[in-house]
Amino acid sequence: MNEVLPAHNIGDYVPLVDGPEKVSGRAKYTADFIAPGMLAGRIFRSPYSHAEILEVDVSEALKLPGVKAIVTGADCDKGFGVLPIARSEHPLARDRVRYCGEPVAAVAALDDVTAREAVRRIKLKARELPAYHTAKAALAPDAVELHERRPKNIERDVFFEIGDVQAAFAASDLVREANYNCAEVCQNQMEMHAAVADYDAERDRITVHASTQVPYYVHLMLAQILDMDMSRIRVIKPHVGGGFGCRTETLNVELIAALLARKASGCVRIVVNREETFITHRGRPETDIRLKIGMRKDGRITGVECEAIMRGGAHSGYGIVTILYAGSMLYAIYDLHNVKYVGKRVLTNTPPCGAFRGHGTVDVRFAFESLLDAMARELDLDPFAVRRVNLLPPPPTFTDNDLMVNSYGLPECLDWVERESGWKNRKGRQRGNGHVRKGFGMACSHYISGASKPVNWTGEPHATVKLKLDFDGSIVLLTGAAEIGQGSSTVLVQSVAEVLGLDLSRVRIVTGDSDVVPKDNGSYSSRVTFLVGNAAIDAANNLKAVLIAAAARKLDAKPGEIECLGELYRAGAQDKGLTFNEVVVEALKDTGTITVTGNYSTIPESHGGKKYRGAAIGGTMGYSYSAQVVEVSVDDETGVVTVDKVWVAHDCGKALNRLSVEGQVQGSVWMGMGQAMSEEVAYYDGLMLTANMLDYRVPTIQDSPPIEVGIVESNDPHGPFGAKEAGEGSLAAFLPALTNAIADATGLRFNDLPVTSDRVFAALEKRARGTARNNNGG
Amino acid sequence: MARILQLTLNGRARTDAITENVLLLDYLREVVGLTGTKTGCDGGECGACTVLVDDQPRLSCLMLAALADGRRVDTVESLVSDGRLSAVQRGFHEKLGSQCGYCTPGFVMASAGLLRRNPRPSEDEIREALGSNICRCTGYVKIIEAVQYAAQLHAAGASP
Repeated sequence: MNEVLPAHNIGDYVPLVDGPEKVSGRAKYTADFIAPGMLAGRIFRSPYSHAEILEVDVSEALKLPGVKAIVTGADCDKGFGVLPIARSEHPLARDRVRYCGEPVAAVAALDDVTAREAVRRIKLKARELPAYHTAKAALAPDAVELHERRPKNIERDVFFEIGDVQAAFAASDLVREANYNCAEVCQNQMEMHAAVADYDAERDRITVHASTQVPYYVHLMLAQILDMDMSRIRVIKPHVGGGFGCRTETLNVELIAALLARKASGCVRIVVNREETFITHRGRPETDIRLKIGMRKDGRITGVECEAIMRGGAHSGYGIVTILYAGSMLYAIYDLHNVKYVGKRVLTNTPPCGAFRGHGTVDVRFAFESLLDAMARELDLDPFAVRRVNLLPPPPTFTDNDLMVNSYGLPECLDWVERESGWKNRKGRQRGNGHVRKGFGMACSHYISGASKPVNWTGEPHATVKLKLDFDGSIVLLTGAAEIGQGSSTVLVQSVAEVLGLDLSRVRIVTGDSDVVPKDNGSYSSRVTFLVGNAAIDAANNLKAVLIAAAARKLDAKPGEIECLGELYRAGAQDKGLTFNEVVVEALKDTGTITVTGNYSTIPESHGGKKYRGAAIGGTMGYSYSAQVVEVSVDDETGVVTVDKVWVAHDCGKALNRLSVEGQVQGSVWMGMGQAMSEEVAYYDGLMLTANMLDYRVPTIQDSPPIEVGIVESNDPHGPFGAKEAGEGSLAAFLPALTNAIADATGLRFNDLPVTSDRVFAALEKRARGTARNNNGG
Repeated sequence: MARILQLTLNGRARTDAITENVLLLDYLREVVGLTGTKTGCDGGECGACTVLVDDQPRLSCLMLAALADGRRVDTVESLVSDGRLSAVQRGFHEKLGSQCGYCTPGFVMASAGLLRRNPRPSEDEIREALGSNICRCTGYVKIIEAVQYAAQLHAAGASP
C-alpha cells in the first residue's frame, strides 16, 4: 500500500497562481475592459497652482455632437479622503483649485477624439491666489491658508519627548547633528490610472472597475460621493499593474468616472495618460530632517532628537499618518530611550502626497543610518558593531513608545550580510581601477506587518476569509485581499492548502468583486500575509473540522481519532480510510454546499500606546527587519556611481513562498535605489517638470545590480506559520547603505537625495578646487 | 481619412478599415481587442507595448498601424501554442520575472525577439535587449533569470 502523505508547500518556491494569465496577456487590467457602446471619459484640469474658481464654462463643450455628459464641482459637494478626520478633497474642485493638475471638470463622449475636443472647449475663469510650492513658503506667517480648519497650513504638528534628551546628550561622548533633504518621489507604477463605471439607470445601481489596492475604501467613498446606498454599488478590482501605495486611497479618477456614468446613464471608461498619472501622484513627500544623536564611545546611543518637515501637497490624504510614522518608527529597531520628535506635515500647492512603499519610515531611516555611520567613523568603530551594541533586548519586549516586538531577526540579518559580503575583508577589495574608487556601506531598516488599528475602525475582525466546498471537491477561497502583483493570492492559496494537506491545485481563489468576496481593508502597510493569512489558516482549520466530523461519522469513529492526510482521512494507520472526495460527499449531507469563515484580529497589546497623540500609529503584530551591504564604484572624473552588488538579509519571520519573498525584497531594494540615485519629482513654479518616464528616471535593467537575498526566519509567535512582511522593510536601508558606501569610497557624505552623478561630480569638483587652493595658497 | 490595412496578425491574415492616424497599439487594443499589449506611457518611454514586426521588437505606440501593412505582427497572445506557455512565458512565470504583470507582455515580446535572433544570449546581451523596457516590481534580477531559463528551454526544443 502506498503511503499517503499530506502535501506541503510552505517554504517552497511557488510561482504565482495568477502567473499564466499575466505572461500570456490574458490578465485583464481596468483599461482592458472595452465594451461596445462605452463612453470615453476625459478630465479637464487646473492650469493654476492656487486659484479661486469664478466660473467653469462648459457651454461650448456641451454643443459638441457626441458629448453625453459633463460634470463639474457643482455636481458633487461631498468631500473624500482616506482618513475620516481629514476629507478635504473633492472629486472635482469646488470654489478653489489647489494644485496644478487638479480635476475641475470631466466629459463623457462617444469617442476619445470628441472627449478631447470637448475638454479643449471648457473655460475656467479664476482669480489666482498666492501659491506655495515649498513647505517653507506655505509656513510663512502671512501665507494664505489652503484649507479651513488647517491654521498656518499645518496638516498636523506632532511632538513627543519620551525620556530626557538633554540629559542624555550631556552624558554622551559624542553628539552630532546633521540636516537631510529627501526629494519628493512617486510610485510611477506601470499601469496608469484607469476606471470603468457602468450605471444601470433601470435599477439605480452602479458597477465600478477600479485599479485599486483598497476596493472597500473605494466602495465607501463611492457611496459618499454619489450619495448612494452602499448596497447599490459593486466594486470590481481586476488585475492591478502595481500599487506601491499610490492606490491605497480612493483616487479622483474612480469617483469622476462614476459621476459621469450616472449623469450619462451609461458606461464610462477613463484611462488617464502617464503625464496625468504623474501630476496626480500620491508619492513620498519631500522631507527635510534635522537629526541629532548622542553616543557613548562604545557606540551605544544615548539620545535622539529628530525634526521632520514634510511638503504634503494640496490635500490631507494620508498626511497625518505619514508624519506620525516618521516619529514612531524611530523605535522598534534599536534600543532607544531618550527620544524627542517634532513633525510638521505642511499643506502646499503641489499634488497630494500619499503612502509610498515604506510609508513614513524611509526618509527618517535614511537620516538615522547615515548619521550612525558618520559617528561610527568618527569614533573609529565598525558600523556593524554600532548596530550590535544598540540591539533591542530579546523579544518579547515593548519599546518606550509601547510598540510590541515579539520576534527580532536583525542580529541574524547583520551576521548574514557581514559574512556574505565579505565585509571584514573589504579593505583589500577597495582599491579601485585608475580613477574609479570602490566603497562599501551598510545600513538597516524595518517595517510593520499591517497596522494593528485600521483606518476605518468598525469593530469587525481585522480580516475575514471564506471557503466554499461543493460537490466537485474543489475549494474556492473567497477574499477581498487585493492582489496587486505582490503575490497575496498565492500566499493565501498556499496557507489553505497547507492546513488541509492538499495540493495547491485543489484550491482556487476568487478575489476583487464586492458582490462575491468578503470585505477586506485592502493591500497596504504589508498587512495581507499576516492578517489575511491568519484568517485563511483559521478558515482552513474550520473546514478541516467539518471534514473530520464527517469522516468520523462515516468511519464510525470519534473525531479525535481521525487522521487527516490531505487526500486521505482515516481512523488509525490500519484503516483503509476515505478519500478526500468521499469525505466531501459525506460532509455535504449535513448542509449541502459547505461554506466556512475564518477570522483574524490583532491583539490589544499591539495597538500602540497613548503617550502622545497619535501613538497608535506604528503598532503592528510583527516588525520585519533588514540589513544591507552595498558595494559601489565611483568614477572620480565623471561622478558616475555604479552599484556593483547588493547583499540584503530580510527577516520575514518565515518565508511562506521563497520565490515571492526574494522577488519582493529585490524589488524593494531596487525601488530604494531609484529614490537614492535618480528619482525626483521636480517643479517649476508648481508645474511638474518630470511628468514622464524619461525625466523621472527609474533605473533600467542596464543600471541595476545583482541583489543577493538572504532570508532570515525569526518565526514570529503570532505570524501565519511564523511569517511577517517581506515587501517593504528592505527599501529604506538601501538609501543610507548607498551614501555610506559613497562616503567610504570618496570621503564625501551626501545628505541630500537623490545622489545623482551631477551632485557627485559637483562635490568632487568642489573638493578638488578646495584642495588646489589649499595647495596653492598654503 | 480611412484606409484599408492588410497584415498578418498572430499568424492570421486580416483586413481592417482604419483611420490613417491610428497607432498600431490602439489598433491592436481598441480595434482588434487584443488587450494583452499594454499602454504604459505617453510614447516610447517604457516598452510595455512592445510587439514583434517581422520578428523585430517594435514599440507599437510609436508606429502607425498603417505602416504594418503587408507585414507580420505578433503580439503576446501569439506565443501560447496548443494551449501551453512558450519558453519565454514559462521563464517569466516560473522564475517570477513577472509580479504585477503589466510590463510583462512587453518584456516577453522583447525577450522572444531576442531569442529568435540570438538563442544563447549572454547576460550583457539580455540587458541590452531589454534596456528600453521598464519594470517597477522586480528590480530586474529575476527577469534576467527568466530569460536565461527560457534560453535553456528553447535550446531543449521549446519555441521562444
